[in-house]
Amino acid sequence: MIALGQFLEVLIGGLMSGVLYSLVALGFVLIFKASGVFNFAQGAMVLLAGLALVRSLDLLVANGFPLWVAIVLGIGFAAVIMAITAWLIERFVIGPLVNQNALTLFMSTIGVTFVLEGAAQMIFGSDVYPLRLFPTDIWLLFESHFPGGILVNQLDVWGGLIAGILVAGLAIFFQQTKTGRALRAVADDHMAAQSVGIPIGWIWFVVWLVAGLVALVAATVWGTKLGVQFSITFLALKALPVLIIGGLTSVPGAIVGGLIVGAGEKLAEVFLGSHIGGGIEYWFAYVLALAVLLVRPQGLFGERIIERI
Amino acid sequence: MAIGGKEARENKTRYRKNGLNEEDSYMVRNKLLLAAAILSGGAFASPAAAQSEQFIPILSYRTGAYAVNGVPYANGVADYYNLVNERDGGINGVKILFEECETGYATDKGVECYERLKGKGPTGAAFVNPLSTGITFALTEKTTTDKIPIITMGYGRADSKNGAVFAYNFPLLGTYWSAADIAIQHVAKEVGGFDKLKGKKISLLYHDSPYGKEPIPMLQVLAKKYGFEFTPIPVTHPGVEQKSQWLSIRQNRPDYVLVWGWGVMNGTAVKEAAAVAYPRDKMIGVWWSGAEPDVQPAGDQAVGYKALMLQHGAGKFPVHAEIEKHVYAKGKGASEPGKIGEVLYNRGMVNAMLGVEAIRKAQEKFGKKPLTGEQVRWGLENLNLSEARLKELGFEGMLKPIKISCSDHEGARDGRVQQWDGKGWKVISDWYTANQSETEPLVDEVSAKYAADKKIQPRDCSKES
Repeated sequence: MIALGQFLEVLIGGLMSGVLYSLVALGFVLIFKASGVFNFAQGAMVLLAGLALVRSLDLLVANGFPLWVAIVLGIGFAAVIMAITAWLIERFVIGPLVNQNALTLFMSTIGVTFVLEGAAQMIFGSDVYPLRLFPTDIWLLFESHFPGGILVNQLDVWGGLIAGILVAGLAIFFQQTKTGRALRAVADDHMAAQSVGIPIGWIWFVVWLVAGLVALVAATVWGTKLGVQFSITFLALKALPVLIIGGLTSVPGAIVGGLIVGAGEKLAEVFLGSHIGGGIEYWFAYVLALAVLLVRPQGLFGERIIERI
Repeated sequence: MAIGGKEARENKTRYRKNGLNEEDSYMVRNKLLLAAAILSGGAFASPAAAQSEQFIPILSYRTGAYAVNGVPYANGVADYYNLVNERDGGINGVKILFEECETGYATDKGVECYERLKGKGPTGAAFVNPLSTGITFALTEKTTTDKIPIITMGYGRADSKNGAVFAYNFPLLGTYWSAADIAIQHVAKEVGGFDKLKGKKISLLYHDSPYGKEPIPMLQVLAKKYGFEFTPIPVTHPGVEQKSQWLSIRQNRPDYVLVWGWGVMNGTAVKEAAAVAYPRDKMIGVWWSGAEPDVQPAGDQAVGYKALMLQHGAGKFPVHAEIEKHVYAKGKGASEPGKIGEVLYNRGMVNAMLGVEAIRKAQEKFGKKPLTGEQVRWGLENLNLSEARLKELGFEGMLKPIKISCSDHEGARDGRVQQWDGKGWKVISDWYTANQSETEPLVDEVSAKYAADKKIQPRDCSKES
């Protein structure tokens, strides 16, 4: 017999975890939406952004800077690193591959992944670096209704708030700004966008920069949760089923996909896994993704691509 | 607000403590080493092979999800080999030639590294130490065929303690079945005796891999014997997401949680335990879940966390002074000097020392020259390190005497329990010795089955010398 309190706790915990996956998935969506490139390097970008932030923060605080100043400067430094990374990727990887097919571009991002992972650890170190930008205390809700209450982690709530702000900001950026509309035009057809005067190099720099900044935001939350370390790159694999479910081109889809994956895998692990040996949440997310693929190949919110032959 | 008041001050203090240290030159050098490893496909070697050198491969992981634990261990191994070369001119004059190969803790890469390095040097690999139970399972048959010992100090397959069946496996100092027994002994002591275990709930949070699964049969045996309720809870590699597991633990409220983790899984377990308010002093990690990187990132949340010790813990002993004098003073050290003496650095060093002493023992029989794996196997099987010899080697206080034999490839099965106080590990128990009356029947049963499956005729140990 499943206790209602436990069910609600796992459900809420799963939804919160899903939002954190969405933070990583958003980076994928941004780049795909704006350039048609499936950016395999998003997990590595989270690592790079996190390492740049935490190492600069350590250095500044060790040199006597007040914590809040160090945080501002650290975030600024990490943003500059992500801007440089975006420029390098556009200049030396994606730029020269304009109008190549999607598979070629995808393969190039695999190369970028390994370079970023190696370079980030070589420059900033490969230890586990603690980062505490958000509270990690817990709330126990409805204690009078359920024995022990329903546990909610404050960090998860912060993650949800940040994801909400990000989605709102990105929606405005894509819908209401000239650059945002240009991004969408480039995504539809690189050559056609160039022919009407859209500076494709600049646009791609902007989109990789925005994805880098989203990676930085994800790094602040996941770094607080796990410590900044190489394993953060594995979050990319957590984001994949989110993308399949939500659709590669939809910012709200990344959030909804995250919620479905988070809740689905946690409920499956706790209530199903305990009967079949456990350890199922990792692949159960992909079961959900496959189920969605069978029904809606473009994902729940993705654009249906129709090509004339 | 997250950053403010007391928390901000604590963070500030922490950041000052964790701030950049004076060891930047080592950092830069190690990064260049890492770059070289990457550019050369993962392997890098000491100077060119010579016919008079003894070759020892080092299967290590300096990159990837488990590098945090793999790096200090590999540094301890490399520093000890360098000490023997620099201070003694090698093992009785036979210099050690070693080469690292990056496995990333992946079984396929581990096998690849083994295949690539097993034939190097004038006599091939003296022994191999894969630092992975998964790789150990994959290599067990190969190493037997190739006649190369596989040293799995504190890990590997527990049934390989039976040297009559596993002639080339050496799970020195303690198997996971010994570890499980020691953990339950400690729990029994804390609850007031073995009779008090009845009805208690003990969960095992384990890395869902051959490593994490290894203690399960022993814990099932102990649960049946003492009447406690045992629940294994798997965590998928690499262990960054454990919310489900800890929400289950919050509901079930086990009296103790044993942690069989590695890499990020350990630190995440501690943090998630704090997130569900599970008392850290009711968690007991195996000796691979009890190093500094497992607790430091969790800060105050890790205070009270306990872990088994594979005899040694952190700290410096006379051998460290020798390493600083003969290796680091010459600029040949592998680690940041501040990390010498950490738990996993020490473990790497102990592992290297046991291998070196096995070669030294084998030289007594086969001569002071590079030896084959088969000859080194004899040295391992006849290794007998007394307290006096450990003192000579500078390991006094770190290890208890160890004696290997044909029927006992484990050699010693002693451990203690340490507890993290926020700054360092503190030993909180006396010595425990795994109860062989509990482990041995399982060793015999499982190794006999292995022998039958593989059609191995167990050796008659009474005739071995």
